[in-house]
Amino acid sequence: MNGPDIVAAGRADDAPLEEDFEVAAQRQSPWRMTVRRLLRHRLFLMGLGLCSIILVAGVLAQVITQTDPTRLAMRWRFRAPGQDGFIFGTDNFGRSLWSRVVWGAQLSLYIGFSVVALNAVFGTLIGAAAGYFRRLDNALMRVNDALMAFPAILLAIAITAVLGASTFNAILALSIVYIPRTARIVRASVIVLREMEYVQAAVAAGAGHWRILRRHILPNAMAPLIVQLSFLFAYAVLSEATLSFLGLGAVPPTPTWGNIMAEGRQYLVEAPWIITIPGIALMITVMGLNLLGDGLRDVLDPRLRIQQ
Amino acid sequence: MWGVVLRSILGSLPVLLIVSLITFGLMRFSPGDPAAAIAGMSVTSEQLELIRKDLGLDEPFLVQLVKWYGGLLQGNLGRSILMGQDVLEVTMIRLPVTIALSLYALVLTLVLGLASGIIAALRQNTVVDQLAMVFAMIGISVPNFFLGLLMILLFAVHLGWLPTGGYIPLSQDPVGWLRTSTMPALSLALLQMGLLARITRSTMLEVLRQDYIRTARAKGLPSRLVVVKHALTNALIPITTVVGIIISLSISGAVVTESLFSIPGMGQLLTQAVLNRDYPMVQGGLLLTTTFLVLVNILVDIAYALLDPRVRYERS
Repeated sequence: MNGPDIVAAGRADDAPLEEDFEVAAQRQSPWRMTVRRLLRHRLFLMGLGLCSIILVAGVLAQVITQTDPTRLAMRWRFRAPGQDGFIFGTDNFGRSLWSRVVWGAQLSLYIGFSVVALNAVFGTLIGAAAGYFRRLDNALMRVNDALMAFPAILLAIAITAVLGASTFNAILALSIVYIPRTARIVRASVIVLREMEYVQAAVAAGAGHWRILRRHILPNAMAPLIVQLSFLFAYAVLSEATLSFLGLGAVPPTPTWGNIMAEGRQYLVEAPWIITIPGIALMITVMGLNLLGDGLRDVLDPRLRIQQ
Repeated sequence: MWGVVLRSILGSLPVLLIVSLITFGLMRFSPGDPAAAIAGMSVTSEQLELIRKDLGLDEPFLVQLVKWYGGLLQGNLGRSILMGQDVLEVTMIRLPVTIALSLYALVLTLVLGLASGIIAALRQNTVVDQLAMVFAMIGISVPNFFLGLLMILLFAVHLGWLPTGGYIPLSQDPVGWLRTSTMPALSLALLQMGLLARITRSTMLEVLRQDYIRTARAKGLPSRLVVVKHALTNALIPITTVVGIIISLSISGAVVTESLFSIPGMGQLLTQAVLNRDYPMVQGGLLLTTTFLVLVNILVDIAYALLDPRVRYERS
């Protein structure tokens, strides 16, 4: 009997070794493994649940609301939640809060998605350029540092002051505020990946910069970016609410959670639901996104994981 | 040591330069005519010309730029259109209010955030830990103006313990200051508290797993000593770097908190300036606030170097 056979003989065929399991696990696509791990993460699922509520409300706003969120009906003013068939009550103009909060969800999601999308594109471009091309690094990062030195909301309100208050300008202002933060995270991953042996190998094999970035570096820089973007979504929703609370977001009568609360401020005592309901909606959204972010970080980025 | 100080000061210079350029450009490159925006609808072309002249907008771009920096060097940031006062002067009156409020919030953040983070780490995976982390999660998810409104509703309207708003300077009446500042500071601190508790917990857990902690325990040191002397001092080092971020968040948060509680600080000043298109005030206020934060970060860098000998030796 020669060597390998002895090994084979010493091992019962019906009892696979531990290595076999690992090999089998590796054969699964990384995406499926990630999804499976996420679905086992309790907090992630909770976040998913909270976000789904808001997402469904926002997407189906047209279907699930009967009244126009901007329609005034003075004889129905200040109905408490549940009174006269108004689920969430009405505001000082008799507008249905259910309608307004649901449409507000749509706007919040729209702004959040837009800021995240702009960050994904420009944050990646700037971060990758700075991390990969050493010559650009210094210049790009100094501008980045300067933009990050401003207190976030303050810069956003200054930009909206110059551009004027509108939904589009709020998206633009929040993107300018947050893109440097995203770029910094992408840059950090790219700098590490740039020095990896497989990247050197690709360089040696004659691959161009574009190909190296696209095929070898950026796919591996995605995990921290995705985590960042999920938290960013939460910041964007929160900051937009702050801007419109200050009167610098979407212009009334367009309902946003922030401007509903700003209007409700004057009726804090008589009609506390006007601020409480959009406030809770905002809280559900932000908490849901934060939980999603925590879950994604635990699963995608083991280095940052808070030890469970 | 001095190397670190010098390095962090020199490193901040380009940042400040670019910050000042951005604040300058923000107004000059705004779409449309800033003078028209300031003047409003009904205005004659002579009045418009006057505003333009007053703001220096009639001059070539480079002249404006040189004048802007010349002014900065002399501490002249222009005049607030809304208040008719020197921007620097107004800021110097308003900034201390915001700083006092932010410091109060910082103390609350440090005490409550650190404590809950440390306790959560020491009682990892227990009910205490989970409760602390649930509160931290709520902290980072509740908008500060919502918390502020809820507190006004509870403590001012229903219980009548605290005033709904207004401000009494610390120097005038410390008790009155506490009464007017506690709700704003709490609503301001909540987010940072949650962040700090989470960071402290994870840093502590990291440190508690180190070999030197095991050694300290193995040689029979009392648990309290291990936690305070060996674990906490080392965990605090990375946490110092967060202080700069916490102060920046406080100042950002103060914008809305001050408006909510009618506190006459920088945040309220800038919000008013923005709503009234008082460009010189926005520009100057933004620049001064950011400069203040850059200075805070220099101090944080130095503190970090003082606390961590590795940084001190590596860089000098």
